[in-house]
Amino acid sequence: MIKSNIKLFVLSFFILVSLRPLQSAEMADPIKVDWSFKGLTGTFDRASLQRGFQVYKEVCASCHSMQYLSYRNLGEPGGPEFSEQEVKAIAASFEIEDGPDSQGEMFTRPGKPSDKFKSPYPNVQAATAANGGAYPPDMSVLVKARKGGANYIYSVLVGYEDPPPGVTLDEGVYYNKYMAGNKIKMPNNLMDGLVEYADGTESTVDQMAKDVTTFLAWAAEPELEERHKTGVKVIIYLVLLTILVYLSMKKIWSRVDSEV
Amino acid sequence: MSEHEYTPKSKAGKWFNDRLPLLTLGAHLTDYPTPKNLNYWWTFGGILTFCLITQIVTGIVLAMHYVAHADLAFASVEHIMRDVNYGWLIRYIHSNGASMFFLAVYIHIFRSLFYGSYKSPREVIWIIGLMIYLLMMAAAFMGYVLPWGQMSFWGATVITNLFSAIPLVGDSITTWLWGAYSVDNPTLNRFFSLHYLIPFLILGLVVLHIWALHVPGNNNPVGIDIKKPSKDTVPFHPYITIKDAFALLVFMIIFAGFVFFTPNVLGHSDNYIPANPLVTPAHIVPEWYLLPFYAILRSVPDKLGGVILMFSAIFILFVLPWLDTSKVRSAVFRPIYRQFFWILVIDVLMLGYVGAMPAEGVYLVLARVGTIYYFLHFIVVMPVVGYLEKTDPIPMSISEPVLTGGAEPSLARKVDDKV
Repeated sequence: MIKSNIKLFVLSFFILVSLRPLQSAEMADPIKVDWSFKGLTGTFDRASLQRGFQVYKEVCASCHSMQYLSYRNLGEPGGPEFSEQEVKAIAASFEIEDGPDSQGEMFTRPGKPSDKFKSPYPNVQAATAANGGAYPPDMSVLVKARKGGANYIYSVLVGYEDPPPGVTLDEGVYYNKYMAGNKIKMPNNLMDGLVEYADGTESTVDQMAKDVTTFLAWAAEPELEERHKTGVKVIIYLVLLTILVYLSMKKIWSRVDSEV
Repeated sequence: MSEHEYTPKSKAGKWFNDRLPLLTLGAHLTDYPTPKNLNYWWTFGGILTFCLITQIVTGIVLAMHYVAHADLAFASVEHIMRDVNYGWLIRYIHSNGASMFFLAVYIHIFRSLFYGSYKSPREVIWIIGLMIYLLMMAAAFMGYVLPWGQMSFWGATVITNLFSAIPLVGDSITTWLWGAYSVDNPTLNRFFSLHYLIPFLILGLVVLHIWALHVPGNNNPVGIDIKKPSKDTVPFHPYITIKDAFALLVFMIIFAGFVFFTPNVLGHSDNYIPANPLVTPAHIVPEWYLLPFYAILRSVPDKLGGVILMFSAIFILFVLPWLDTSKVRSAVFRPIYRQFFWILVIDVLMLGYVGAMPAEGVYLVLARVGTIYYFLHFIVVMPVVGYLEKTDPIPMSISEPVLTGGAEPSLARKVDDKV
């Protein structure tokens, strides 16, 4: 009796869950990419992270800030893992405002690994004003802040199309089938051969989109590799302990005539 | 109860115990006679204690690094995630811990509903439990506000605005709750303060909950009164402690699965966007564990009506022991009520589902049907079924279950003989 009740219950639950809302016609489902960082033991592709940083630095960083990252993060384990010299050189290539000095004056100096990523604009208002009234979002946690995560970011980067007939777009608005409402204020900045990859990889739009998305996924979850590694150990430990405790329980309960 | 006979063996122990009988209490807790037929649904009390302690410990560490200020809160959470040693682990345990806490409490509550654990003489345990549940919802709601993301801000706005539905004084109350004329820095400050306070109130109530439990002793799957101690009981330690430990470990494996492999799946992606009072998210949804109540709230076209109905949905549970007219506790022996129990479970799950959907079209219809059924279950089904239902024979004791085939009728008794 109870068994049939449970069956009924499970069945109704699945019927309920399968009643998914109709997908909005104005937004395509993101492309599913087989990311190396997916899955229980997923890790980042180091070379892709380094290339992705290059795309970020040469393309995205002119409008998007990444204020929660520091240059030192680029050399930390689980990230792009640039060498110490490379990180110092990257940091030093930015002029950072510091101060006030002993005279009360602000001054600029070359960046240090401990500095946060330099933002392209002094504040949100300036960024908004310079970009046609649309604030280019900070990219530190962007992958976690969008439904669909890395797939969504990648899809938007490769999702630019000519608008279908009948759709008119205002000045400074572009057509992108993966964006809600299909309208986006960010122009299509990627074109084949735009950056020259240091490792000789051909910089197609698809390659750059994948690389920069990988970089953004790491930026949002720099702990991902350590999390996965620790998680596997924790689960193995817990499973072994559970087995031991289960056997102890069976032994202890064998003293009484009750099932456990 | 056997603790009256307990005397410490050492002289120092006796000296101390005469002044503060902590050792007597310890002996009571270890010897506590527990029904030997408790199934795994009974392990969630221990699991919940673990959840509370986990939330308090991780929460205290998070509070060492978190900054409760509208301009700094979001950045301080990112600081915890990136710069604090194992900050990501502590925060993910805390945020997923809230969900695991509610998962466990819902199983605990439905277990109580199935086996009639709320009935005489355990009404006070039930009521204290509901108070804990209410405080948990308050703590969870305020905790969700602290990262000061978009869902934090707009969730706080929606929920605090509910109070403005109160006639005459509503707006004043809302302003008083906010400490400002909208959800703002003062709101965040007081939510942090209260979020830190509430778990300790819960801890106090948990002590009362367990104390009240130890007066009549545990209910059990058969739902009958048992002699204690007897051959129907086992001492709490080591029998129940080891069984609780086993169940807790299984629970922890699931918990760890969320924390390490999909730590954000139970949250909303919008909460990684910093709070912006000028941009309203397309859909404002609370955390999953509050969704059934959110569905009830939105099923009523009138704001005040919705608020009243939502609070009623919780407060009706307080009078449950007096709405249930059946003399049999366990649904195992209640063939009709048992069906309605599962319908209620499905109903609540459905309300949770539609609570996550836009309040329109088929979802609104489902929300209304679900809401009506929810109240019907408690106001009509429980009293009427309890009165009319012909229950199955219940056994005399745990050790002497009813034999199938009716071979030994003397081992079974009718309900009428019982009371």
